[in-house]
Amino acid sequence: MSTLVSVSADEAPARRSAAALLWRRLSRNVMSLAALGLLVVVALTAAAAPVIMPYDPDAPDAERTLEPPSRRHWLGTDLYGRDQLTRIVYAGRVDLLVALEATAVALSLGAALGAVSGYRGGWIDQVLMRIIDTIQAFPSFILAMGIAAALGNRLTNIVIAIAITHVPIYARLIRGEMLRIREMEYAEAARTVGNPRRRIIFYHLLPNCFPPVVVQATLAMGFAILTVAALSYIGLGIRPPTSEWGAMTAEGAGYIVSGEWWIFLFPGLAIMATVLSFNLLGDALRDVLDPRMKGV
Amino acid sequence: MDALIVDDLQKHFPLRSLVPWRQPRRVHAVDGVSLRVGTGETLGLVGESGCGKSTLARCVLRLIEPTHGRIFLEDEDLTALTEEALRRRRRDLQMVFQDPTASLNPRLSVAATVEEPLGLHTELTGRARRARVDEVLEEVGLGASLRDRYPHQLSGGQRQRVNIARAIATRPRLVVLDEPTSALDVSLRARVILLLAELKRRLGMTYLFISHDLSTVRYLCDRVAVMYLGVVVEQGPAAELFEHPAHPYTRALLSCIPEPDPDVVPERLVLSGEVPSPIDIPGGCRLRGRCPLAQPVCAEPVPAREIVPGHTVACHLV
Amino acid sequence: MSDLLAVSDLTVHFDTDEGVVQAVDGATLRIAPGEVVGLVGESGSGKSVTALAILRLLRPPARVLGGRIELDGRDLLGCSEQEMRAVRGSQISMVFQSPRTSLNPVLSVGRQIERLLVRHAAARPGQARERVVEMLREVGIAEPERRARQYAHQLSGGMCQRVMIAMALATSPRLLIADEPTTGLDVSIAAQILDLLRDLGRRTGAAILMITHDLGVVARLCDRVVVMHAGQTVEWAPVRELFHAPAHPYTRALLRSIPRVAGAREMEPIPGWVPSLLAPPPGCRFARRCALVRSECGVSVPVHAVGEDHRVACVAVEASQWTR
Repeated sequence: MSTLVSVSADEAPARRSAAALLWRRLSRNVMSLAALGLLVVVALTAAAAPVIMPYDPDAPDAERTLEPPSRRHWLGTDLYGRDQLTRIVYAGRVDLLVALEATAVALSLGAALGAVSGYRGGWIDQVLMRIIDTIQAFPSFILAMGIAAALGNRLTNIVIAIAITHVPIYARLIRGEMLRIREMEYAEAARTVGNPRRRIIFYHLLPNCFPPVVVQATLAMGFAILTVAALSYIGLGIRPPTSEWGAMTAEGAGYIVSGEWWIFLFPGLAIMATVLSFNLLGDALRDVLDPRMKGV
Repeated sequence: MDALIVDDLQKHFPLRSLVPWRQPRRVHAVDGVSLRVGTGETLGLVGESGCGKSTLARCVLRLIEPTHGRIFLEDEDLTALTEEALRRRRRDLQMVFQDPTASLNPRLSVAATVEEPLGLHTELTGRARRARVDEVLEEVGLGASLRDRYPHQLSGGQRQRVNIARAIATRPRLVVLDEPTSALDVSLRARVILLLAELKRRLGMTYLFISHDLSTVRYLCDRVAVMYLGVVVEQGPAAELFEHPAHPYTRALLSCIPEPDPDVVPERLVLSGEVPSPIDIPGGCRLRGRCPLAQPVCAEPVPAREIVPGHTVACHLV
Repeated sequence: MSDLLAVSDLTVHFDTDEGVVQAVDGATLRIAPGEVVGLVGESGSGKSVTALAILRLLRPPARVLGGRIELDGRDLLGCSEQEMRAVRGSQISMVFQSPRTSLNPVLSVGRQIERLLVRHAAARPGQARERVVEMLREVGIAEPERRARQYAHQLSGGMCQRVMIAMALATSPRLLIADEPTTGLDVSIAAQILDLLRDLGRRTGAAILMITHDLGVVARLCDRVVVMHAGQTVEWAPVRELFHAPAHPYTRALLRSIPRVAGAREMEPIPGWVPSLLAPPPGCRFARRCALVRSECGVSVPVHAVGEDHRVACVAVEASQWTR
């Protein structure tokens, strides 16, 4: 009796939590740490912009128009004398926010559709997947353009446009994971215990579908930024005077010939660095999460 | 009142036919099984792979729907219940699965896993619920100190105990155990088997114990039913069945088990060939093509006869 | 008679994320030509790692730290990879646990055996095909011509294992290592496979190293037994000695902890738990679980004889101390 009831606490040492193990693996890769670091800096700077930026992004300064980078204006000024550095940081707020909101909406909607589709199967699956197919049939940028043009370029509408084009990715991903997971014994156990179906899908199975989704979402953030930048570049995105990286790059395009290189270069670099960081982070996460995914 | 009565249960899986107008061929996974498990009793269900025991277990729990037949849990017909009523009845009908790792949600802590049936089926809340969880954890020898651990932080034996804890938390009338020790290491099996025996003794648990491991079944079960190709070929009290096996298949099975004693060389009853496919099952006795004792009469359908009170066999030659 | 295979004092470590796993610690065993030796232990006892070390199949993060492995007196640990390739498959063969995953799914089984024969036994393709059918027949596969053309997924688990055994014995090796070959197979099929191994071993004169956790398999098949616990070899005995007069406390506990079919005995689980191999205790790794533990157990473990051809690695057990 004593051997049975004896607390088997020392049978297996408490290994580190999953989060700690994840961090350990992630921190091995220098590139991913650099990417993560850059993103943290960008996010923090963007968040703290009103406090730390010395200039007002919209305030014109007639005396200092088109100044190259100098000690006063680290990244130079534009046609209206506005400080470029401040504008880029403020633009970062817009771009990141749009990307984040669009990803969040797309993920929620896509996950819900994919989860129900994958678990229920049958005609529900067929109908939902055909809707997803329809969305995917359009080249995503054209679709975003179309929606943005139709709804008008307010911030919310751009978020909606991008979100809609991203929904299929998440829906399919989650559906695939769900098809795999619903055969696992803990899904069966959840039924045996007496869970109603909705709880099985959303409480038990869906959280276990997340590792590949995290990877996808990270990559998609970069893509979302590119989309909003591209939309703004062609005039369908954020309206001036709100600063946005794509719009700033469009402004700067006119100055390439006349030699004011700083107006398009820095916003372009901002886009590139941020998107690249998201990609690197996403790839690193995939490498780190992959072996764990198999265990789930 | 018996805890479980299975009445002529059948489960067929139709195979997709290329020719749409022809009758599809069927896999006869379970082909007419009737069983009884008394309250507080442990019935062992043994057989090799493909005999239908796992399918039978899932039918009893209505995780898959039987094609025919009825299942009574304490005189209530489970097959007649609506989905919602069935869901509520699951309080009294639980299962312990084979793979201790795969049957635990990796994102739920031990406490969360064991608590779930209590939340779904009882009125316990807050402190009372937590206390009950701790109580159950103690009962299975895990101890409340492990309540916040996650499955990946537990050993195989501990995970299986969590499974058992989850299954007994609501004091179900029947626990179905599907090969609960097969995935465990040899030295851990003893502990889990002893735990199950202890719980049975202390809490009066009723078990339907499914296994291919005859030595474990011998230890734990009061009565045993032997399955082959979807039917029960022999049924009886454990001691009786192991000492005086009647059906050739039971005898063959027992003779194949390597006993941990080099001086024990059982007389081998060898079955020729391999288990036939459960799709086109020959009429008459299912063992016919492989049985060394086969006679012409074996082509006739086989009735189950009682040779000794409580011990039934489905064989013409006994 | 000199030994066919002699493993002395083998130590293997694994470098993992969580530290160094000391998987095998000073393992020793001997196999005489034509003998069937059982290597028994729970999972994690190091038996599979030992087998892989013999065939030099271990790759980083595994490291062989010390010891000798001698095949007919020739040191295998010192061989080059090229020399080992000549040994593997022709002098020493191995059969693994999940036969279906060990077979190539895109080649017919006959083709796989053919390739093996052409490569190792220098057979011509025409001759090889006939030999393949013959071999399949020898391992008890009915309708061998038809089966040779089939693929792994079309064969049952038992049949796949027979094919694996055929492949392993194709080159008439001196030693066949079988790592849990019947785990996962149905009892009746497992019995057939064991009979097959024993018969073929006798017929070809190959020695067999049978790795298993199942003491019943050992009792049925083996001439001699080696018991492993937590990476250490703890007892060496002829099979009947081991079951009727086990010496090492672990062996005795193990025998008490298994349920039996013939007559329900009292079953007692082994006390304590297998020590973590990341930080194993010095000396005998069973000491913490042992009823006979003494202070010397944590220092070093001497090996001494307790009977004819029966040795045990234990301080507390001496020749005169226990009775049969």
